[in-house]
Amino acid sequence: MNTIWALAGVVIKELYRRKDFYVLFVLTALITIAAGMVNFFNDPKIVRYVKDICMLLIWVSALLIAIVTTARQIPAERESRTIFPLLAKPVTRWQFILGKFLGCWLATGMALLVFYVFFAIITGSREQYWPWLTYLQAIWLQWAMLAVVIALSLCGSIISAAPSSTTTICFIAVAGILLVGGHLNTVALHQAQPLQTIFYTIYFLIPHLEWFDIRDRVVYDWGLLNWLDCVRATLYAAAYTGLFLLLTWLGFRRKSLNT
Amino acid sequence: MSIILKTEKLRVEFTSHEFRQTTKIALDSLDLEVNTGEVFGFLGPNGAGKTTAINVLLGFVPPTRGAAYLFGIDVRQPIARQRIGYLPEMTYYYKFLTAEELLRFYARIFGLPRTEADKRIDQLLKLVELEPARKRPIKSYSKGMQQRVGLAQALINNPDLLILDEPTSGLDPLGRMQVREIIQRLKNEGKTVFFSSHELGEVETVCDRVAIINQGELKASGRVSDLVAQHHGNLEKAFLDIIGYQTQSAS
Repeated sequence: MNTIWALAGVVIKELYRRKDFYVLFVLTALITIAAGMVNFFNDPKIVRYVKDICMLLIWVSALLIAIVTTARQIPAERESRTIFPLLAKPVTRWQFILGKFLGCWLATGMALLVFYVFFAIITGSREQYWPWLTYLQAIWLQWAMLAVVIALSLCGSIISAAPSSTTTICFIAVAGILLVGGHLNTVALHQAQPLQTIFYTIYFLIPHLEWFDIRDRVVYDWGLLNWLDCVRATLYAAAYTGLFLLLTWLGFRRKSLNT
Repeated sequence: MSIILKTEKLRVEFTSHEFRQTTKIALDSLDLEVNTGEVFGFLGPNGAGKTTAINVLLGFVPPTRGAAYLFGIDVRQPIARQRIGYLPEMTYYYKFLTAEELLRFYARIFGLPRTEADKRIDQLLKLVELEPARKRPIKSYSKGMQQRVGLAQALINNPDLLILDEPTSGLDPLGRMQVREIIQRLKNEGKTVFFSSHELGEVETVCDRVAIINQGELKASGRVSDLVAQHHGNLEKAFLDIIGYQTQSAS
């Protein structure tokens, strides 16, 4: 476990020494503050628009941080050849993958926490209301969803050596799942065979990331989600994360690494 | 004297997956034995298979046939690498870390307790003369300094066997001398050093025994003094004779 934590520590250091996170945070902050200062349609409930915009930005920024940070991990290790002195130590390839996963997940979690604290300050200062438990559920479910995204990106980075193509493919896949994944069963109903079977198969195979999206609950203050549903969603995310990590290891364990 | 590094009939084939599939034999029936406390030179021209052999020893490349052992443990077991230190040919380290952070990271991988790691890091930074630059990011280091950080990371676990892949490649004369001095000091401490090099003068100075390979096959191995005596000259002459190179004056 010590090895996995050590590897994760390096990933976290890399994230805060790079500029990506700061750029995304400043952009999110600027857009949210600017949106908060405009009085849309003289609506007294302007704070809902601000919340909606800010939550959307948090989701996009967190996905960007997670995918971009993860997709470059293994290809960058191979390209800069830092993988050689590392794997010349008593480090198994499974520990290497787990360390990378844990580092990316923790780093994204820290970034997410910063974004949510900013969100709570901005909206709380307007509404004088802080529904902490709702925020806690929102951040936890988003972080669980990001675990699946990170494991998927890590798996993609084994198949494609170029971080840019892994990033693009993963971003399209995740955006596709979030936007249309939940409607595939409805679409399948109106299709002829074999398309119907294909759509149903995809629907039952993909991780339903949209189930983790409780932005509307936060924005419209619909109250807390059932805690048991949170536990179920966490287990669902853990299962898919485990599956993608296993696939990553299977692809990586016998890979020849030539110096 | 016990055998610390051993290869048995080691064969490595690389298959290209391009349009016309071709198989290249990188190593063929390589038998090597390195004893405890030896400084062992691993020589050969470019493309001879030296780096491939080192890659097999470090578990980066699986052998097609045969086996390799470190401390009697199959190199495919990660535990075989617990007591070794490895310095790659070029410096490959996380450049956003400082030398101190890099050494601490590797110390954690070896499971060194914090106090022992602190002590070891101080000793190593003094040994490689990087004490004043310990808090600077590695990206700001010169090539020689980066190579010395590499040497420090290879020694972090106080290894019994050091595997060095062309440790002085690209260094200036001063840097080469410093690396040579460190190898000599390790030899005096009873460490085993296995290193590949093109610097035959350097090999002649520091090595007890050498192995010479060409086109993936072992051509000769033995004590440096014996090889030099057999070929009536120096190690360079012995090397050229063994790999079958005819100088213009000889031909």
